[in-house]
Amino acid sequence: MDGVSFSLNAGETLGLVGESGSGKTTTCLSIVGLLPRGARIVGGSVVFEGEDLTRKSQRELRRIRGRRIAVILQDPMASLNPLFTIFRQVAEPAFFHQQMRGKTLRQRVKSLLAAVRIPSPEWRMRDYPHQMSGGMRQRIVGAIALAGGPSLVIADEPTTNLDVTIQAQYLDLLKDIQRETGVALIFVTHNLGIVAKMCDRVAVMYGGTIVEQGPVRAIFDDPKHPYTQALLGSIPKLGSRDPLYAIPGQPPNLASLPTGCAFHPRCPQAMERCAIDEPTNVHAGDGSVARCWLLAPAAAPSHG
Amino acid sequence: MTQFIVRRILYSIVTLFILSGTIFLVVRMTGDPVLLLAEAGASTEDLDRVRQQWGLDRSWPVQYLAFMENAVRGELGKSFNYRMPVSELYFERLPNSLILGLAATAISLLVGVPAGIVSAVKVNSWWDNAAKGIGLLGLSIPGFWLGLVLILVFSVWLRWLPTSGAGDWRHVVMPAVALGWYFAASMLRLTRSSMLEVLGSEYIKLAKLKGLPEVVVIGMHAFKNALIPVLTLAGVNMVVMINAAVIVEVIFAWPGIGRLLYEGIFQRDFPLVQGVVIMAGFMIVGINLVVDVVYALIDPRIRLTR
Repeated sequence: MDGVSFSLNAGETLGLVGESGSGKTTTCLSIVGLLPRGARIVGGSVVFEGEDLTRKSQRELRRIRGRRIAVILQDPMASLNPLFTIFRQVAEPAFFHQQMRGKTLRQRVKSLLAAVRIPSPEWRMRDYPHQMSGGMRQRIVGAIALAGGPSLVIADEPTTNLDVTIQAQYLDLLKDIQRETGVALIFVTHNLGIVAKMCDRVAVMYGGTIVEQGPVRAIFDDPKHPYTQALLGSIPKLGSRDPLYAIPGQPPNLASLPTGCAFHPRCPQAMERCAIDEPTNVHAGDGSVARCWLLAPAAAPSHG
Repeated sequence: MTQFIVRRILYSIVTLFILSGTIFLVVRMTGDPVLLLAEAGASTEDLDRVRQQWGLDRSWPVQYLAFMENAVRGELGKSFNYRMPVSELYFERLPNSLILGLAATAISLLVGVPAGIVSAVKVNSWWDNAAKGIGLLGLSIPGFWLGLVLILVFSVWLRWLPTSGAGDWRHVVMPAVALGWYFAASMLRLTRSSMLEVLGSEYIKLAKLKGLPEVVVIGMHAFKNALIPVLTLAGVNMVVMINAAVIVEVIFAWPGIGRLLYEGIFQRDFPLVQGVVIMAGFMIVGINLVVDVVYALIDPRIRLTR
């Protein structure tokens, strides 16, 4: 992965969108220094509250994980340990990071569970994960994320495995929590509807790179990059009788990316140059940034 | 829980019943014991007398009923060869077998489980390769060869340990190592694969993302989940090591049950073989029951209601 550069402020929500395999999850895990086997960070920086996380040891990172940056994983059925009570799993971050014990800890867990709207938390925290529904488990995972009092929560497709009705509930819950606690949120998803509902800004990933990012309004109203345009074009519209647009071809394998712009083999507006040179970031007037030769001053006369 | 245990005991009785019938028949396929009991060259009349004396002239169903009648009363009959009650022989040997079996179980667990964990955590490292090597050696080196090498090194050359027999703790060391070695290797391999599976799970990823110390992630979150298959194997292995450590018991002249059974089979000592096998059946049933209860204590999803 390369050219993944984004920033966000406290209380803000960034949407990270892209097809499966475009590098969204890897980006998230590299923020907190947990990479899959065989992957490593060879350059760049992750600056969080003024500190570069890529220069930190695993020991120091452990004190940041769960305490200052929390992650919500996508599968609620698999992300809780089946052998431990809800209490224990929610209590762990506060136990290890804030050294809470006894009554204070119980009180903390109870209020966390109440915050994610688990009914009768006093009673439910003695339960085990298998005694709860998927939606409830994902709310527990949310409570775990909040347990260490983080200033950034990374939610990696947190609603993909939930029923549609529960999805909406969960998103509302995350928004409410964000309003109450002021955490920054990185929302990884491939659902543009969720981005429109949840996010202040959005970054579109393709082939391990952010190809376009900017304020949600600007991106949705006037997408600059052909990939973003194609993504937005492939959202089904109510009442439309036209066949749904699908981007031709397959997303590239991150291990063997095409030369030049990674999107050029599938791009309807590809030029000769796109196959040779990698495009650089170009700032558009509305606050968005896109990585495309079409926007470069010396490019083809006009477009759009 | 109580209901579960009662039901399991009832099932166990059925199992033991089937086992008793099977061993009763199988042992009678080994040949006529009277030929070994009487002196060589005895006349047909003499053989008949001996047969009558031991009740072997009766039909099989009658013999089986007599065997069962005794067994229900807790008697296992009288050994042809030793001319002593089988239960006396058995309980005389049992403590020795328990000492050896438990020591070997302890060795297999203390070596196999930690090595399996390290090997899974540091997968494909130098550690893992070393553990895989030990695993391979453990499964391929026969216990009798290892036993002989141990005797050569520690008794003959170094003169640290006695070559054979039972006595104090020094007598136990070598037979326990020779016996536990193979089982340590199988423990290692099972622990490794079980841990690898758990370490790849989402809940372990989340545990790491919570910023928990590595000891907690591996030692509690992962290991507790990896424990169930390991526990099953440990239970089965223990029963095998207590009851069927024949080769090791022969090499180290260890007076255990395995050798008693072996001699019984060799001498066509029907009551002895039947008795020892039935007692082993009891032990398997008992240990499986304990393992099942421990399962339920570890895993809240398992409820003892079957």
